[in-house]
Amino acid sequence: MTKDIFVIVEHRRGEVRDITFELLTKGYELSRDRGKLLAVLLGFQNEKIIDKLKPFAETILNIDDERLKEFNAEYYQIVLSNLLQEKKPFITLLGQTAFGIDFAPSLSTAIDLPYSSDCLDLEIENDTVFTERQIYGGKINSRISLAENWGYLVSVRPGSIAPRDVELVAEVVDVSSPIKEDIDYRKFMQYVEAAKGEVDITQSEVVIGIGRGIKEDKNLSMMEDFAKSIGGVLACSRPVVDAGWLTKDRQVGSSGKTVKPKLYIAVGISGAFQHVMGMKGADTIVAINKDPNAPIFTVANYGIVGDLLQVIPKLNEKITELKGA
Amino acid sequence: MNIAVCIKRVPETAEAAVNIDSSEKHIIPDQLVFDINEADNYALEEALLLREKTEGDITLFTVGSKESDEVIKMGLAKGATRGVRITPENLDNLDAYAVAKLLAEQVKEGNFDLILTGCISSDVGNSQVGVTLAELLGIPHATLVIKMGIEDGFATVQRELEGGLLEELKIKLPALFTIQTGINEPRYASILGIKRAAQKELRVIENITAEGMKAEVVKMYYPPVGKMAEILEGGVEEVSGKLCEILKGKGLL
Repeated sequence: MTKDIFVIVEHRRGEVRDITFELLTKGYELSRDRGKLLAVLLGFQNEKIIDKLKPFAETILNIDDERLKEFNAEYYQIVLSNLLQEKKPFITLLGQTAFGIDFAPSLSTAIDLPYSSDCLDLEIENDTVFTERQIYGGKINSRISLAENWGYLVSVRPGSIAPRDVELVAEVVDVSSPIKEDIDYRKFMQYVEAAKGEVDITQSEVVIGIGRGIKEDKNLSMMEDFAKSIGGVLACSRPVVDAGWLTKDRQVGSSGKTVKPKLYIAVGISGAFQHVMGMKGADTIVAINKDPNAPIFTVANYGIVGDLLQVIPKLNEKITELKGA
Repeated sequence: MNIAVCIKRVPETAEAAVNIDSSEKHIIPDQLVFDINEADNYALEEALLLREKTEGDITLFTVGSKESDEVIKMGLAKGATRGVRITPENLDNLDAYAVAKLLAEQVKEGNFDLILTGCISSDVGNSQVGVTLAELLGIPHATLVIKMGIEDGFATVQRELEGGLLEELKIKLPALFTIQTGINEPRYASILGIKRAAQKELRVIENITAEGMKAEVVKMYYPPVGKMAEILEGGVEEVSGKLCEILKGKGLL
């Protein structure tokens, strides 16, 4: 019996999201000597997306229904529970994103599939599925085994697999939509864009990111002074926005902005993957953190282990001296 | 309106060293400080804010050890009506599905209009219990909720997507929402609240065994040391000087 790998295609507003290609890369690797790699596409008028996917899968299962135009977990569950139970893929991969988080747990429960979420990697050993996860803010890893079943659901953390070109030519198979009635208990209303702020942090060559380690809002002015003297803009990780110290448009990370400056200085940021997603593309990364085990030091090029309340004023002084000279 | 809030007691690990015990399946909790999971605290606050506008009870649920009473009592002190702590015999071996099943058994009795959870726990971070619970209860859900309003038996919620984009959904109650951090400003318990909490009901469900686990921790290990920053050594004066030289050398100053 062949053991096929399904990848649930993630797309928003007509664009295929990067995670899809990461999953297809992993899916291709897992499917060799086992079965086929199939991309499962739920959407409406999918031609453009199909063209993008063709080189990355052997088959595209195309489910085209106007009610799948925008993502809706309830419609996804109807379609996918039908499809998975009928086709019985060995492993179904999806992204640990706002998309996957919203439908994978209920789908796995509805059709009784073992599910491992937010995985960095997965392996199959003698038909047992093992996943590797990061826990406790990236300080510990755990290896998970999934209970024996005909199939498994695994969601993968974005950015954990480097996408490769696999040069396939997918055959497109249209699957009729099993959705019968419109759902009235969950309706997509509209997209809401984030408010634009006074500065666009994506345009600056130097970005100073501040995090939970700032501790109190009274330390903000010190950071503003520092950003000013080094010629950069102030940005932040999620806890700073949650506390109301900086506005959402300053947030760097998966639910905020992606920046690629020449220099990123992470101050008091532990380095949760959601933040790292938004700044790992910077040319040079400096991390200042009092915790030597903070995951940010695995992302940074240069690190200072120390109290930011002491380091930043001293650094500011030196930079002002240098610039004045 | 009656609201259930599912909360969890977790260690604060952002700035602490985390060590694995000899079984390689658990961490050593001794040196760690525990508190309510951050996102759950926002979920609790959202329930308290809603209750200020409508009549009704707030019931807190947790699956955890006796120590979890701390976070239940804190929630009661902030204004929740009652708490339920579920402690199965095999507490150490639960997966997210088993936790959701334990919660479902208790929550389904309560006739709740709204069930709130945090969108992620800061310890194992599955983001799985809330949506699984919704499915077991047969009610609709939305995750990563950053704005919520209730009117005429429907909730209008905004979910956080990616890159600052949000989506607005209309969802019929009863429903379950997983709450994102930053949706509100969680309050602190008052002294009077803490006194009152001592009189409130805290029901304990024990002598049960959780079943149906599908994911098992084989082992925990420290992340492999891969790429690591060049750590600048020395006192504050010295490291500041070194960093300036490096940045200057790269033309970044």
